[in-house]
Amino acid sequence: MVSTLIPLFVDALANAAIIFFVAFGLTLAFSVLRVLNVAHGSLYSIGAYVAASFGLWIISAGLNPWLTFPALLLSAAFVAALFGPLIEMTLVRWTYGRGEAVQILVTFALFLILEDLQRLVFGVSSLYADTPMALLGISEIGGIIYLNYQLLLIAIAAVALFGTRLFIRHTRTGRLLAVVVADREVSEAMGINTRRIFTLAFTLGVFLAALGGAMATPTMGVAPGLGADTMVLAFAVAAIGGLGQIEGAALAAIIVALVRVLAIYYVPELDAVAPYIVMLLVLLVRPYGLFGKPPVRRI
Amino acid sequence: MTQSNTPSALLEARDLEIAFGGVKAADGVSLTVNEGEFVAIIGPNGSGKTTFLNICTGYLKPTRGTVRLAGRDIARLQPRAIARQGIARAFQIPQLFTDHTLIDNLMLSIAARRGIWQALTPLDRPAYRDEAMDLLQLLGLEKHAHTLTGTLPEGQRKLADITLAFALNPKLLVLDEPTSGVSSIERFEIMETLMHAARQRGLSALFVEHDMDIVEKYADRVVVWSSGTIMAEGSPAEVLKDPRVLESVVGVA
Amino acid sequence: MSKRMLALIAAVLVLAALPVVFPFTRFMLTLAIAKGFAALGVALLLRAGLISLGHAMYFGLGAYAVAFLSAKAGISDFFVGLIAAAVVSGVAGLIFGAFLVRYRAIFFAMLNLAVSMVLYSLFSKLYGLTGGTDGLRVGVPSFLGWEPARQTFEGVLFFACLILMLGAGWLGHRYLQSPMGQALSAIHTNELRLEYLGVSAWATLLSAYSVSAMLAGIGGALTAMAVGHVLPEYLYWTQSGHLVLTAVLGGFSAVAGPFIGSITLEGIHTLAVGYAAEAWNLIVGAALLGVIFFLPNGIVGLLRGRRAAKAEEVL
Repeated sequence: MVSTLIPLFVDALANAAIIFFVAFGLTLAFSVLRVLNVAHGSLYSIGAYVAASFGLWIISAGLNPWLTFPALLLSAAFVAALFGPLIEMTLVRWTYGRGEAVQILVTFALFLILEDLQRLVFGVSSLYADTPMALLGISEIGGIIYLNYQLLLIAIAAVALFGTRLFIRHTRTGRLLAVVVADREVSEAMGINTRRIFTLAFTLGVFLAALGGAMATPTMGVAPGLGADTMVLAFAVAAIGGLGQIEGAALAAIIVALVRVLAIYYVPELDAVAPYIVMLLVLLVRPYGLFGKPPVRRI
Repeated sequence: MTQSNTPSALLEARDLEIAFGGVKAADGVSLTVNEGEFVAIIGPNGSGKTTFLNICTGYLKPTRGTVRLAGRDIARLQPRAIARQGIARAFQIPQLFTDHTLIDNLMLSIAARRGIWQALTPLDRPAYRDEAMDLLQLLGLEKHAHTLTGTLPEGQRKLADITLAFALNPKLLVLDEPTSGVSSIERFEIMETLMHAARQRGLSALFVEHDMDIVEKYADRVVVWSSGTIMAEGSPAEVLKDPRVLESVVGVA
Repeated sequence: MSKRMLALIAAVLVLAALPVVFPFTRFMLTLAIAKGFAALGVALLLRAGLISLGHAMYFGLGAYAVAFLSAKAGISDFFVGLIAAAVVSGVAGLIFGAFLVRYRAIFFAMLNLAVSMVLYSLFSKLYGLTGGTDGLRVGVPSFLGWEPARQTFEGVLFFACLILMLGAGWLGHRYLQSPMGQALSAIHTNELRLEYLGVSAWATLLSAYSVSAMLAGIGGALTAMAVGHVLPEYLYWTQSGHLVLTAVLGGFSAVAGPFIGSITLEGIHTLAVGYAAEAWNLIVGAALLGVIFFLPNGIVGLLRGRRAAKAEEVL
C-alpha cells in the first residue's frame, strides 16, 4: 500500500505546489488591494498557454531543449508585465471605493472576456509541451519511482514560501507591502504611495498565477476551461487557509492534496469534488478559514 | 448594589467579564436598571462603556456573568433575540437604512415588531404609516418623513436612529452617546424631546454620555466607569461632586 | 390608470403580437422569457447586494427535473414538469442556501460558483444518470392529457411563458413592496440595524435565496421544454454570467428589468450569432463592463429617467 500511496502523494503534492502559487497570488493581491480578482484563474491559463506555445516553438525551432526551463519563467514574467499593470491601472483602479458588488462584477466581466480571448488566440485544441518533464527524467529511491520534475515543483514552492517571508521582513518593498496590508489609511497618511504598491501587488499576483500555469504545462495538456476550474480551486485553497493568509494557503494546498490522495485511493469518483468538500467542512466549522479572523466591526 | 432583588429591577447585569487581547474591558461589572429609571454611564474613552452596551444587546458575549432582563438571562442571545425581548438600541454612529425614506425606515421597524414574515402584503399600509407618523411627531421629525435617511443632517440622523429604537416599543432603551456629534444647542433639544417621549411611554433608559450638564439634568442615577470596572455610582448630585470622579472623567470629558 | 400601467399593457400587447406577426421571433422570445425568470432570481439577490455567480445550477436543476421526468419516468406533462422543477430547485436552494447565505460579498459570489462547478462536473460525469455531456432529450410536453404536435406546442408554450411572466412579475412586485422584500433590500444598506430590529438577516436571505433558486428552476424548465434537450452546459458558470449580465442590464430596481434585459440580450444574441458565435462570452463580458460603467441602473433606470434612478442606485 505504501508503494502505491507515496507516488500518489508526490503527485498530489506537486499539484498542490502549483495550486499554491495561484492561491498565493490571489490571496496576496486580495490582502493588499482588498479586491478579489475573479479573473485570476484566466491569468493562470494564459500563463500556461504562453509557456506551452513558447516551449513548442523552442523545440520546433531546433534550439537547445533546456531553454524550455527559462522559457517557463519568461512566459510568466511576460504575462505579468503585459496584464498586471494594464488591468490594475484601468479596470481594477476604477472600482476602488465603489463597493464590492462592482468589484465582483467588473473582474467577473474580465474573466468572461479573457476566457473567450484565449479561445480566439490559442484555439480550442489541447497543447502538450512536456519537454521539461522529459528532460529531467525519473529517479528511483527505495524501489519507488519519482518524476524529478514533480520533486522540483515541490522544492520551488517551498523556496517561494520561505522566500516571501524573507522578502516581507527584510526588504523595503516587502515592509511597505506589509504596512499597507496592516492599515491602509495610516499608510496613506504616512505618505506611502499606495497606488504604486497596489499596481505592484496586483502584478505580483498575476505573475504568481501565470508562473503556476507555466510550471503546470509540462505535467498536463493546456485546454479551454482550465481558467475557470483553477479559479475555483485556488479560491477554495485560499478560503480554507483564510483569505489573505499566505501560510494558510500553503497548509490548505497540502491538506487538499492529502485529501485528494485519499479520495483517489478509496473513492475515485470524488477526486475532483474532494477539495470543495474540504472547503465546505472547514468553512462550516471556521467561516473565515483555518488562519482567518472574523472582521471586528466597532459599533 | 443593594437593590438587586427589588421587584422593580428591569435589567440586572451581574459580574460581567470580557477581555480583548489581555485588556479587560469588563472586569466583574454589576449594574442594575430599575423600571422607569434613566441611568447614565460616564467614564473616559476606552474604559469599557460601549463594551458594556454591546454585551447587554448581544453584540459581544461575556466570558463570565449574567445579564437578566425582567428575570430572564439574555447574556448569550443574539442581538435580534434581545431586541425581541424588549431592549432597543441606538448607536453612536446612526445605523439607518440609508436608501429608504425616514418613514419607510420606521415602518420597517414597526413591521419587525408586528410581523415581518409577510411576503405579499405591502409594508406601506395605513396602520403602520399612522403609527410611524405619530412617532415622528413625538420626536419632532415629521417634516423629514419622506427624506432619504442617507441625506438627513447629522442631528436628525441621530434622532432618526433613536426613533427606530422607539418603534420597537421596548422596555429598555439603550443609547450610545445620543448627543455626540450634535451641536451644543441641538443637544438639549434632542435630549428634551427624547426624555419626554421616553417618560411618556414609561420606558427605562441606559445611556452613555460625555456631556455632564446633560447627565446632571436627565439621569436619575449615574454610573462611573474606569478601566473595565465601576468606580462610583449614585445620584448625579453626589457622584459629580466626588473628586475622584472629577479627576478621571470630567477632566477628560 | 397610471402611465406606468399603460406602458406595461402596451409592452405586453406588443410582446404577444410579435410572434403572431413575425413567427421567427417566437422561439427567441420564448427563450428570452424563460431565461428572464432565472435573471429575476439573480436580481432578487442583487437587491440585497449579493451577486450569485452560480445561479445557472438552479436553472440546470430545473431543466434536468423536466428531462428526468420525461426520459426516466415517461411523464411529460407541462404542469407536472413545471411544478417538479420549481420544487427541486427551491428545495436545493433551501439546502445550499442554508450554508451560502451566511456569506456576503466575494465569499457569497465564489461559493455559489464553487457549488455550481461541483454540480456541473457531476452532471457531466454521471453518464448513467444524466447522459453525461450528451445530455437528455425532452419529449414534447402535454397539457393535462392534451398532446399537441411540436409546432402547436411551441405556440402554446410561448403564451404560457407570457402568462407565467405576468404572474411572476405581479408576485415579485408584491414581494418587493412587502415587509420581507423591504427587509431584503435593508440587508444591503444596514444588516446590523436589521438584526437590532429583531429580524434575522439569515432567514430573510434564505427565503429570498430559495425563491430565487425556484425562479431559476422555472426558467430552466421552460427552456428545456422549448429546446427539447438539456445539457450540462446549462449549469456552467458562463451561463451564470449571462444571468448576472441580464439582471444588471435590465436593471433590478423593478421586476420588469430582468425580462427586459433578457429580451434585449436574446435579441442581440440572435443577431450576433451569425457573426460572432465564437466570441459570445467576450461580448457578454464587454457588455457587462459597459453597463456597469455607463448604465448602473440598467434599462429600467434609463426608462425611469435620471432623477428617479439616482435615488435607486444600487450598484
